[in-house]
Amino acid sequence: MAKTNSENKTTTINFGPQHPAAHGVLRLILEMDGEVVNKADPHIGLLHRGTEKLIEHKTYTQAIPYFDRLDYVSPMCQEHAYALAVEQLIGCEVPKRAQYIRVLFSELTRILNHTMNIGTQAVDLGATTPLLWLFEEREKIMEFYERVSGSRMHSNYFRPGGVASDLPDGLLEDIAVFNNNFLAQLADVETLLNNNRIWKQRLVGVGVVSQKQAMDWGFSGPMLRGSGIEWDLRKSNPYEVYGEMDFDVPIGKDGDCYDRYLVRIEEMYQSVRIIDQCLSKIPKGEVKALDSKITPPSRKEMKESMEAMIHHFKLYTEGYDVPVGQSYGVVEAPKGEFGVYLYSDGSNKPYRCRIKAPGFAHLQGLDFMTRGHLMADVVSVISSLDVVFGEVDR
Amino acid sequence: MEFSHIIDEFAKDNNLSLAPIEVKGGITAYHTAHDSLLSLLKFVKEHKELRFAILTDLFAADFPAKTKRFEVVYNLLSLQLNKRLLFKIDLDEEDSAPSIADLYSAACWYEREAFDMFGINFENCPDMRRILTDYGFKGHPLRKDFPLTGHVQIKYDEVLKKVVYEPVLLEQEFRNFDFSSPWQGPSDYKLPGDEKSTK
Repeated sequence: MAKTNSENKTTTINFGPQHPAAHGVLRLILEMDGEVVNKADPHIGLLHRGTEKLIEHKTYTQAIPYFDRLDYVSPMCQEHAYALAVEQLIGCEVPKRAQYIRVLFSELTRILNHTMNIGTQAVDLGATTPLLWLFEEREKIMEFYERVSGSRMHSNYFRPGGVASDLPDGLLEDIAVFNNNFLAQLADVETLLNNNRIWKQRLVGVGVVSQKQAMDWGFSGPMLRGSGIEWDLRKSNPYEVYGEMDFDVPIGKDGDCYDRYLVRIEEMYQSVRIIDQCLSKIPKGEVKALDSKITPPSRKEMKESMEAMIHHFKLYTEGYDVPVGQSYGVVEAPKGEFGVYLYSDGSNKPYRCRIKAPGFAHLQGLDFMTRGHLMADVVSVISSLDVVFGEVDR
Repeated sequence: MEFSHIIDEFAKDNNLSLAPIEVKGGITAYHTAHDSLLSLLKFVKEHKELRFAILTDLFAADFPAKTKRFEVVYNLLSLQLNKRLLFKIDLDEEDSAPSIADLYSAACWYEREAFDMFGINFENCPDMRRILTDYGFKGHPLRKDFPLTGHVQIKYDEVLKKVVYEPVLLEQEFRNFDFSSPWQGPSDYKLPGDEKSTK
């Protein structure tokens, strides 16, 4: 496992690909000088499934489930970026209610992602309780996922033109109850971690990223905000109804792992605020665009109208043709900027679908972030990067 | 002043090729030549009114029918302007693109990925290894002439007690259904009997 290089007295260590603190299948070749990291060379691609290639062979509707399987901790946000990219190409309007549902579930997804990240980071660094508490909350959100889409994780819910189906009765009330109780849970986790001596010893001053570095390495999301750069696509380029929402963008000061942890915690409080506003403002109405060439008819209509039946059949076999052009749909996913760049050649399948995943850029920064740190700090840094290999390897 | 004028003027003064293209989603996009790319990127990164300091993405696309087969896309972001800027260059199979890893550290892995997926070479890239595919992988999977099923499959061999590679074997013929409706041909296509409708 470890190899000593005689001439320069460094040791090469193979970390992963099956290592619980690698957050997935990360193989890391560490060049160590004693306990100090000289160089970290991540070998990625062990979860490469060729998503971009597969999408070229699927219709626009069939491509959506692949996006759930990229970053499988925040599925809906990725569907969102894809839906936005397709909508830009076909130029369709999304009904107000669908926009609210999208924002509501994007924020639930943000909580879903950050609870996972903070919980596993705590486990990596030796604390079990936050994980147990946060996973209980996570399970409740996954139940909301299931009620709305039929699936706990791979929801396939956001579709070009709106969302797959309307919210079931009583869901909004249950989300409101969850939202109120979640604050107390989160506050409990904060009391365990924020001023915890071990937690701070492992995170403060570790993996420091300066503002210049964060930009140079193409970071986004909490990795950028942790370094004190106020940049959030929800504020700077509001999509859907984010422009009507009142929320703050937390930023860090020192750009270390501890600041990024605090940014994520605060983002959850802000998500709770946004969810509250969605719940009180959500209007009644349609949940998908009325253009029947893009969105399927309702089940009832399909059984009664010949034309609706034809539309249904055509949509699920042939799909719809998208006008020739290129577009870039982008959202502030919990991990950072997630973008989809589409080339359309006018047919029913994307000619090329480029997926810009935030984790890819963040993992590249692992090398400069860990240099000169101890072996144990590598674990802190990996977990604070918030990488999920579904999206890094695609 | 609109920021694209600054770039247009710079290109004009320095005789760089620059042609605007349309990309939806509020992006200013240009087509440029691969010898103009580096000076353009350096300019937009360092100009104090532009500051396109973040390389959001770098990727390629394959158009086998074109004379210059590959297209490399540079997607930049300026926090100061809250604007995105996109440059595109065309490359032949034998051409190599200039590496921009000196300007943007983030470029290195993206260039490795473009090399891995399309076989595009980036001159002076500090690290031109494959990144996403398997160790010892042959071919460039995102090229249009690379089959979706790939060429090799792996399995654990009970007798040899190790993982072995073998040519891909499909239990069933690869089925690539074409659902496109034959009735959606070019608009000037006349079905037999159509001429009656106008009379």
